[in-house]
Amino acid sequence: MIPVPFDYVRASSAEEALGALNEHGDEAKLMAGGHSLLPMMKLRLAYPSVIIDIGRLGDLSYINDAGDHLAIGALTRHRDIEISDLVAEHAPLLAHATSHVGDPQVRHRGTIGGSLAHADAAADHPSALLALNGSVVARKADGSERVIDAGDLFAGFLESSLDPTEMITEVRIPKHTGLGWNFQKFNRRAQDWAIVGVSAQSTGDGNGARVALVNMHPTPVRAAAVEAALAGGAGASDAAAAAAEGMEPSSDLNATVDYRKHLARVLTRRALEGAGIA
Amino acid sequence: MEITVEINGTSHTHDVEPRTLLVHYIRDVAGLTGTNIGCDTSSCGACTVHLNGEAVKSCTMLAVQADGERITTIEGLAEGDELHPMQQAFMNCHALQCGYCTPGMVMASVSLLEENPQPSEAEVREGLEGNLCRCTGYHNIVQAVLSAAGGSQ
Repeated sequence: MIPVPFDYVRASSAEEALGALNEHGDEAKLMAGGHSLLPMMKLRLAYPSVIIDIGRLGDLSYINDAGDHLAIGALTRHRDIEISDLVAEHAPLLAHATSHVGDPQVRHRGTIGGSLAHADAAADHPSALLALNGSVVARKADGSERVIDAGDLFAGFLESSLDPTEMITEVRIPKHTGLGWNFQKFNRRAQDWAIVGVSAQSTGDGNGARVALVNMHPTPVRAAAVEAALAGGAGASDAAAAAAEGMEPSSDLNATVDYRKHLARVLTRRALEGAGIA
Repeated sequence: MEITVEINGTSHTHDVEPRTLLVHYIRDVAGLTGTNIGCDTSSCGACTVHLNGEAVKSCTMLAVQADGERITTIEGLAEGDELHPMQQAFMNCHALQCGYCTPGMVMASVSLLEENPQPSEAEVREGLEGNLCRCTGYHNIVQAVLSAAGGSQ
């Protein structure tokens, strides 16, 4: 399988990439590691006429301690996040979720910015970003930047709220040092996407936690009913019973809607207990 | 677009279409057919090669993304007639039946030991999660990797 023909532009700087994006608009797609986009192009589910290769923007590959948060360059590969001491200390949920993305070969190439921009509800990173209350920095060709909170980033099925001329340059993860967390991923085979997954992050505020679900809705999503139940004093088991409230999961060869809802409740309970929520 | 890729120490320069996949470049243009195409959907790992020393799936990279980079394929592991220790370990442990997954398995295993020179059995199994063997030969493959790492066979 090979993609349809396209024009290839290799960017040597973020400015150059954004200039090309500005010029070609929504005919163009940015390619970072290419591990979400290229498979879709091979299946001809995506057929951009211009590919802007940003895979060599080494200055956007970093993990920095920025005081109250970690600043992670958009081009940082999964592997670098997986083995980072800084991430392990301050956002272990992200390190762990990252270690479940695809397989080692995929993690050598795929990037956190690319994964978030792809906005796939079945992917692991968006749920971790939601549970950690993270954000992304989006830049335009004129140099202007805005910060998009995780809760505002996912607009629809495989659709982010990024403007077609914007690119993610940085991911910001508030430090959650020493707080309870857990990640659950249910799948049949190693390397598969989650049939259902759960990210749970204790807020350090009594029983409070942020809980985000994988593959339970057209978008990556917080389990608002679970969080509200916890805030109202419910224990893990009772709160988890609300995990499927408001969710509209799809039905496919792996799981029916009802089975996914069942999994969401069971996995959420396990995730909350694993995160130390009583 | 003209690209130059170093494959197994030899520089290759060709004009390629941007949509050319790296695995097709390696097999059809550079003529190195040791790298197999299995699923063509980045699931099976048969096409695993090293990009600057790290295992990647060459069906999920464009050749233009490898421009200026260093690729190692299964043909590049042996030193003349002397097999790479991982190849020798696969041979000693009978770690293949039909052999189709083997080039990718060996390349992934070499990359695994680069990152984790003394893995546990569980770490080997996890580390090879991106490579499928349809002869169900995983047991001996895992033994081969542990053996190459210096553990017991």
